[in-house]
Amino acid sequence: MDHLDQLEAQSVYILREAYHSFSNLCMPWSMGKDSNVLIWLSKKAFCGKIPYPVLHIDTTYEFPEMLEFREWARKEYDLDLIVKINEDARAGRGTYTQSVGYETHDPVTVTHELKTVALQQVMAERKFDALITGIRRDEDPTRAKERYFSPRNAEFEWDYKDQPPEFWNQFTTAIEPGEHIRVQPLLDWAEVDIWRYIEREKIPIPTMYFARPGDDGKKYRFRSLGCWPITKPVESTASNISEIIAELLVTKTSERAGRAQDHHERNAMQKLRAKGFM
Amino acid sequence: MQTTLEPTKVPTSDISVPTSQKLRIVIVGHVDHGKSTLIGRLFHDTNSLPEGKVEQIRKASELEGMEFEFAFLLDALLEEQAQNITIDTTQLPFRTEKREYVIIDAPGHKEFLKNMVTGAASADAAILLIDANEGIQEQSKRHAYLLSLLGIRQIVVAVNKMDLVGYRQERFEKVRSDYTEFLGKLGIVPQHFVPISAKLGLNITKASPELEWHKGPAILEALEQFQISAPPDDLPLRFVLQDIYRFDERRILAGRIETGSLQVGQEIVFWPDGKSSRVKSIEEWNAPEPPTSALVGESVAITLEEQIFVERGDIGSAPDHGPAEGREIQASLFWLQNDPLPLNVPFTLKLGTQSVEARLVEITRVLDSSTLEPLAGNPGIIHKNEVADVRIRARKPIAFDRHDRISETGRFVIVTGKRIGGGGIIREADYQDEMRLAGAAENLTWTVSPVTRELRAENFGHRGAVLWLTGLSGSGKSTLATGLDYHLHRRGIFSYILDGDNLRHGLCANLGFSAEDRSENIRRAGETARLMAEAGLVVICSLISPFRADRENVRKICHRDGIPFGEVFINAPLDVCEARDPRGLYKRARAGEIKEFTGISSPYEAPLAPELELRTAEHTLENTLLDLTHFAVELSRIPEPQIAEELARGAGI
Repeated sequence: MDHLDQLEAQSVYILREAYHSFSNLCMPWSMGKDSNVLIWLSKKAFCGKIPYPVLHIDTTYEFPEMLEFREWARKEYDLDLIVKINEDARAGRGTYTQSVGYETHDPVTVTHELKTVALQQVMAERKFDALITGIRRDEDPTRAKERYFSPRNAEFEWDYKDQPPEFWNQFTTAIEPGEHIRVQPLLDWAEVDIWRYIEREKIPIPTMYFARPGDDGKKYRFRSLGCWPITKPVESTASNISEIIAELLVTKTSERAGRAQDHHERNAMQKLRAKGFM
Repeated sequence: MQTTLEPTKVPTSDISVPTSQKLRIVIVGHVDHGKSTLIGRLFHDTNSLPEGKVEQIRKASELEGMEFEFAFLLDALLEEQAQNITIDTTQLPFRTEKREYVIIDAPGHKEFLKNMVTGAASADAAILLIDANEGIQEQSKRHAYLLSLLGIRQIVVAVNKMDLVGYRQERFEKVRSDYTEFLGKLGIVPQHFVPISAKLGLNITKASPELEWHKGPAILEALEQFQISAPPDDLPLRFVLQDIYRFDERRILAGRIETGSLQVGQEIVFWPDGKSSRVKSIEEWNAPEPPTSALVGESVAITLEEQIFVERGDIGSAPDHGPAEGREIQASLFWLQNDPLPLNVPFTLKLGTQSVEARLVEITRVLDSSTLEPLAGNPGIIHKNEVADVRIRARKPIAFDRHDRISETGRFVIVTGKRIGGGGIIREADYQDEMRLAGAAENLTWTVSPVTRELRAENFGHRGAVLWLTGLSGSGKSTLATGLDYHLHRRGIFSYILDGDNLRHGLCANLGFSAEDRSENIRRAGETARLMAEAGLVVICSLISPFRADRENVRKICHRDGIPFGEVFINAPLDVCEARDPRGLYKRARAGEIKEFTGISSPYEAPLAPELELRTAEHTLENTLLDLTHFAVELSRIPEPQIAEELARGAGI
């Protein structure tokens, strides 16, 4: 087995443990590259049948191309797809006195309301006891200490100072009422592994990841995909996966520089995660 | 969040580095023996530090009037990574020309064991650091012991601060000989002892003239020789079963090959029961063609030739070289949780995917957490951060291996409450199954009360229950009932069949087939079933029982006394049953020879919400029987909290 085989085997093992351990499991799906790898691994784990619902938190600021991809994938993978919008926040009703959106609010607030709160709403409605997420250790310092099976309390809070031990592939699977478990099968994957796996398995992903000419004649691609008002493409000529991988290897140092974001952004990530963001 | 890329830059890094694979190392040792300094050195000497970092720290030290120390580098790195996040860093990467490394779990945690175990359990290699001057100290022992329990076998001992002992070889040799002796007791044989000075950078990346008498490698050279842990490929097969999927007509066994390999067509035996079958296929979604073999480490899905009853937790092996099985294990365990672990209090033991109720029946010795010396007397309890040798008794037989033989199935964790509290490795495993016989003779020390239902359940290893098979004549009730009885018997579950026809020979001999008599017939059968379930048996009732109200009455009788009741609807269309007509009854009913025959001249009220429905006309007997067996096993399973409470009461705790 090569390194990708090992990562795949471990992720499949985790998905199967999760499916066994929880009666009401759900897999949030952003349609991003990691998310699509998770779909793929789920198909592998369960021999073609994904035995849990897949959840898209629709902020209503989705790129049209992403929505097209969503509908394509729903059919292609035979997904039990839940689409959740925080309608109250967008409409400014219920507990909201005004409509929440990028036009009127800062990105941290909007992300919290339209993603985290929407997730909390759907968790309350559907009583999910575990969520399969696509987070990776190498994405962000706050994720480095995560466990494969990571408990969250009723307020979605993560008690990172006192985490249960996790070793020998034995996981925390019992929860208190109101708690849920974040199952994180991609924890050990690095960004480059994700790309290599997509390349090897020929996993369909939105084409926005590949470089296209911009208005200024330069080429751009999206490195991560989120809401359109706050997601900007980066300059890049990588038009296929091999080129993306080559680009990643070359730009290793600047990638680290990119991670050391300014304090506002670093705080933002921490604030969001403390409140339940993935 | 926008990120800037520099796509036009010419590659300078090694583009052939294929993936993120890194050698994971853990650095342990007594406090002040130089862990931070060594880590700072490794970063510095491998050019893994951000540019200008050393100068920055040097200046800062001067301003503070302090001598520069490499330990400051680590502090600075940690501080940088931990900025704005109040968590401690667990992964520090550095790289050499050969490959990448990660130092797991930087030193400095107060919560030593819990975090270190989580990190170090996945380490490929360890550096044990020891001060040349001070020699073996408390943590030199404890950390080494932990490494041995975690099964880390690639170890280099760094004898540090050689500059403070005048680079004397005798001092190094003394430490080496003392520590070798101690480590030997733990079964640890380090690959190398290296004299170093982390502070001065001696023998870190390459041999240093001050220590020219040392003929072995420098630290980094020793690390470069280590392998990224790969699953051993020369061990017998251990296929750990995670689940059984029935998404379509296939019955798929999902699990991981922890050791060995597996081929289509080979015989596979499932433990602890010892049932065997052949591997029919290896299923793989999106594969160009189905694989014919699978190797160590793979998560696979297989189907079997014969439909045997297997369940999650089972360990598959080749016919020979199977695991040991039994109810008792001898183990060494480490305890991480605040609440101590006492004798005789039940917990959940998880080994592979087995999860079984168990308890400590003997604590052979507890080692003091700081000195690693055995505590005097018999403490009868294991406290946080202590390690102990114990005897554990499980409620039912489990399959396992000796840790030094197959570590993947030779280790376990203990769950109390809802969290993992500790882990252990199995020291003894009798592959001749003598342990189970020896264990059976030992009686429970806490049996004091009259024999309650729970205590019966404890003896039986399952609880009494009533399965009520209802359906038309010819639907398959008797066939399934006898098949189920056999399967349960094979699994060590005590069961008995109450058959409608049989009852009418005695207990119900005075009853006819009028609606009234049918009701009384069912009532008597139900009461009898309840009594037998009370006695601890799984009672399989096989009666047409056409009327809903009668069946509901039995359900009530059972539930009134807390007996688990499962209504199983054996569903086959009338025409199918009539075509089967195993005893020619339909023919006689059609001819008018039998009055009030259910389905022909008397109604059958199908269950509205049965606990289980088996469509015998659509599925094979094997598959329906498996579903039924699975259902019966689950119904008779003792619920966890009930056991815990009962045992705790019995133990007087």
